[in-house]
Amino acid sequence: MSVDRQNSVAGSDPVVQVRNLTKRFGHFTAVNNLSFEIAKGEIFGLLGANGAGKTTLIKMLCGLSRPTAGMANVAGYNLITQPEMIKRRIGYMSQKFSLYEDLTVQENIRFFGGIYGLSKREAIDAGNIMIGRLGLEKMKNRLIGSLPLGWKQKIAFSVAILHHPGLIFLDEPTSGVDPVTRRQFWEMILETAGRGYTIIVTTHYMDEAEYCNRVAVMVEGNIAALDSPENLQRHYHVANMEDLFWKLTREINGSVTKSIQP
Amino acid sequence: MRRFLAFAKKEFRHIMRDPRTLLILFGIPVIQIIIFGYVVTNEIKHVPIVIIDRSHDETTRLITDRILASPYFETVTNTNTGKNIHQWFKKGNVRLTVVFDRQFGKKLIKSGVAQVQVIADGSDPNAARLMVGYLSGILAQAQQEINKQYGMVNPVGIESRMEFNPELKGAFMFVPGTIALIMMLISAMMTSISIAREKEMGTMEAMLVSPLHPLQIVLGKVVPYVAIAFLDAVIILALGQVIFGVPVKGNLVLLLGEVILYIILSLSLGIMISTMSPTQMVAMFISLFVLMMPTILLSGFIFPIENMPEALQWLSLVMPPRWFIIIIKAIMLKGAGLMFVWKETLVLIAMTFAFLLISIKRFTIRLE
Repeated sequence: MSVDRQNSVAGSDPVVQVRNLTKRFGHFTAVNNLSFEIAKGEIFGLLGANGAGKTTLIKMLCGLSRPTAGMANVAGYNLITQPEMIKRRIGYMSQKFSLYEDLTVQENIRFFGGIYGLSKREAIDAGNIMIGRLGLEKMKNRLIGSLPLGWKQKIAFSVAILHHPGLIFLDEPTSGVDPVTRRQFWEMILETAGRGYTIIVTTHYMDEAEYCNRVAVMVEGNIAALDSPENLQRHYHVANMEDLFWKLTREINGSVTKSIQP
Repeated sequence: MRRFLAFAKKEFRHIMRDPRTLLILFGIPVIQIIIFGYVVTNEIKHVPIVIIDRSHDETTRLITDRILASPYFETVTNTNTGKNIHQWFKKGNVRLTVVFDRQFGKKLIKSGVAQVQVIADGSDPNAARLMVGYLSGILAQAQQEINKQYGMVNPVGIESRMEFNPELKGAFMFVPGTIALIMMLISAMMTSISIAREKEMGTMEAMLVSPLHPLQIVLGKVVPYVAIAFLDAVIILALGQVIFGVPVKGNLVLLLGEVILYIILSLSLGIMISTMSPTQMVAMFISLFVLMMPTILLSGFIFPIENMPEALQWLSLVMPPRWFIIIIKAIMLKGAGLMFVWKETLVLIAMTFAFLLISIKRFTIRLE
């Protein structure tokens, strides 16, 4: 089977449609002519070393960074002409923690509800549902800064989807988190995807790739491979994603990688 | 609008929740006005003085009485030798010496001319100039008295009057200056720090991916500080009036209007600084060294602009506080109306637009 054919998705309209998307910073090409599609309800993983272009790609898709060339459709809107509409329809959580430490759980919920255009009533309702789901009743009036990291992470994720965005961007959400918390966090992501949300997640933890429906392995601004984890492992004859990642990085810039290998 | 309100509300919460911010916003203005008003003052009082009287006659006694009757001078000793003067000056327990020559009174009455020698401690030139000035005034007055007593013709008598500030109170200078300084501190420094904080914490990224327009973010940041800075201006004006008797002779509405204009100007400077600073530390250093120092040194707040080297005088032209201080001094102390300060007001308006334009441009570039 061909890996390339997996770039497009069958069935209903794709949530994300990327065509020849490119970002250059001066002479450096951070994202090189990428094309792919993501279906509704999919967990789409972006794997790669630091500097492979994952974050740049996500920033472009969120409307934070303007593409140098190419086009994309995100959540039903044109990335170039309607970035403001896209911003209303997506949720975003980055590796840097994005809640306000000096506000309480509830104040953070109301605030983010407010900037996403929820009315006070709606924000309170959505907040209560969220607090109930996470079992946060006792903590809702505590400052975010006083909570353990695992909780912060869960709350940040829940706040990012407070306005039911349909498409959620997670930029290395689990970096610097202990294995147990990471595991719990992924359970939350899986559960959310089960409710019909589409999720794009970047990571450099290879084991996390196994949770994704499809994975794009990025090497130096290019997508080296794109398919489901099982298909990728079968196709490249490797036992796990870690080995696959090694194999792909070596294939593309072999000499450099070989020289560091013992 | 709802998004904007949510943002401004959040900003108020940040401010109210942080004791250090609160201290800067409300403690510093009060402390500064009191410190400037009482401590950093141009007035001199109770200067230790030595009077060396080699004549000991009626006229020298009269002059001595007049000198000591003033609140400015306090006698240390009254001697008739000048042997130890230098020792005293060195120790610092004497700052001014008045020497009456032998036969002072006789010469004065006979020829109308007699010499008084005044020696001042010049290690603090400003104070020395003031002391000698006060003393000359007292001597001139005493001379007129003596002339009258002995039926002599008065030479030209100078009767000076200080318009707008008859008692030459330092507070008249420091209250307007402090308003300029505090508004700059709160508006420019606090906003630049609070924007830089969001960048540092990573929350700015979350704001930029949200549907908030960059302009809404900036305005939401700024609005709470406009309110607080305005409140501070009112507090300073009230303290100036109650504690130091600094009047507001002009139109209060005009004065407050100019204050708001200056606050907006400072805020746009703060936004501009924040676009250049990746962290709170950088924002604070830029604010302190690019804004605060020039405000204090070059605005005419403490040092008269006329006395500066020409290059610095030119530099002071681009200092917003310079124009603001001219405006509020005119309104507060002289009771001037818009007719008299419209030029300075226009300068402030032009500066505000320039800074706003630059910062909005830079802010959107950052998005890219």
